[in-house]
Amino acid sequence: MLRAALSRALSLLLSLAVASLVIFLMLQAVPGDPAAFMLGLNAAPDTVAALRAELGLEGGLVARYLDWVGGMLAGDLGTSYTYRVPVAELVAERITVSGPLALYALALTVIIAVPVGLLAASRRGGPADWGVMGATQLGIAIPNFWFGMLLVLVFAVTLRWVPAGGFPGWSDPLAALRSLTLPAVALALPQASILARVLRSALLDTLDRDYIRTARAKGLSRRAVVIRHGLRNAAIPVLTILGLQLSFLIAGVVVIENVFFLPGLGRLIFQGITQRDLIVVQSVTMLLVFTVICVSFLVEIAYAAADPRLRA
Amino acid sequence: MGIGAVLTAIFAAAALVSLLWVPHDVTRLDVSQRLLAPSAAHPLGTDHFGRDMLSMLMEGARTSIAVALVAVGIGVAVGVPLGLWAAAKRGGWVDELIMRGNDLIFAFPSLVIAILITAVFGPSALNAILAIGIFNIPVFARVARGGALPLWTLDYVMAARVAGKGRARISAEHILPNIANLLIVQATIQFSLGILAEAALSYLGLGAQPPTASWGRMLADAQTMIYTEPQLAILPGLAIVGMVLGLNLLGDGLRDALDPRLRRRAL
Repeated sequence: MLRAALSRALSLLLSLAVASLVIFLMLQAVPGDPAAFMLGLNAAPDTVAALRAELGLEGGLVARYLDWVGGMLAGDLGTSYTYRVPVAELVAERITVSGPLALYALALTVIIAVPVGLLAASRRGGPADWGVMGATQLGIAIPNFWFGMLLVLVFAVTLRWVPAGGFPGWSDPLAALRSLTLPAVALALPQASILARVLRSALLDTLDRDYIRTARAKGLSRRAVVIRHGLRNAAIPVLTILGLQLSFLIAGVVVIENVFFLPGLGRLIFQGITQRDLIVVQSVTMLLVFTVICVSFLVEIAYAAADPRLRA
Repeated sequence: MGIGAVLTAIFAAAALVSLLWVPHDVTRLDVSQRLLAPSAAHPLGTDHFGRDMLSMLMEGARTSIAVALVAVGIGVAVGVPLGLWAAAKRGGWVDELIMRGNDLIFAFPSLVIAILITAVFGPSALNAILAIGIFNIPVFARVARGGALPLWTLDYVMAARVAGKGRARISAEHILPNIANLLIVQATIQFSLGILAEAALSYLGLGAQPPTASWGRMLADAQTMIYTEPQLAILPGLAIVGMVLGLNLLGDGLRDALDPRLRRRAL
């Protein structure tokens, strides 16, 4: 048990180290000198040199890499070239949009998928099952950003129920939630379709087992069997997918924030790219990758809790 | 499966035809013809630059299919040999290395890294292909290894080893043909994911560059006019959904048809 936990923790650290190295090296390949880019064509060479030193662009590759990683471990993500403020400050501000958005979308995914998956599995082969399978097949095929545009068209342009984009800030929590609702729905629909299908097939697998028949034979109702025995045993594939989905949601946030003009981490990366603010791109990407890797680590641990056989 | 094959065939045909002929040249802008309603000359109308929507969609199909197809090709060409190699050396350091590397790539949020790749090396269809293709490699390596492992214990593989064939030759001659079904099904799935990824990248302006038409780009252009010209945003989206839906249905159908065990509970 302890050995398994240790080896998992070790592979987590290794993943993070390799990830940081890949991201760092990739951004070294960007052509052009950010200092020269920021100061324009007519800058004096010594001004450029001074700025290079200020931005931490001097020194060898190894020194700069260690500098960056060491800084991040201490909570210092570098200083943005364009905003001239610590990247950590920008992140702290933007994460109040992206974080709630991703969690909102995850919550919607589960809220939609669980009842739909249960319905389809308990009515196997019936019209409800066919309906769910057809609808989810369509849901998987719809790109989230296009679905977002359709939602804007219907609920913002035609019905005028919600704003078409932008974010009013958390000072009015209700207005903030309203403006995150369409993006969260757009993100959640394709993921909920996938999750509902996985849940359905996992449930169907378990409902064929002998212990389910035993539970029915001893007089438990169908509903009780599905919920008490079926759901628990279907939890592993569902958890696996849910962990993967958080990674998709985090990536999806980058795209969807561009659809709804939300000032989140996704737009921050995107602005960083267009403004050649590489330290922002580098640190924020690392932060997203860090989150995804840690989540998959936690999901692995959650398996052990859901399945006693994996504890050994 | 029938519907899936038909949908896929329609888009593939549109893409193939666009290589030789499109109703109107989409590189020529004609503002006097802008935002026309559907007519005999322009069955789906024209966009804000006066480009024929049908022609744009046909060329967009070509871009999407080309990017996704080559990206799948990269995944198969690199991933399958790696997976076969890992299975042939089961439990060895090669196996360990390949599988660990796979886990690592899986851990990355692929779209974020794809955005990074295209941003760093410049937006283009080629970089979009590479960005999507890299993430196909571990998928095919895993499927190939998973399919190959049980085969290595079978009698005919044993017989081939007794006959003096090397691991590489056995992999190519005996293992590969027997996992082809799995790979074809996976390729269909990755193809549809590739179409979605290409659409997202080109929507962000990181895919194929104008004047090459792409569905994602069309959606990005249409977004600012969604209040007045919603059809410009609806048509390319429907094209993406149709193509992806077709491929997914085709993949499901192929999986059921190629795996007799699944035929019973096909749905």
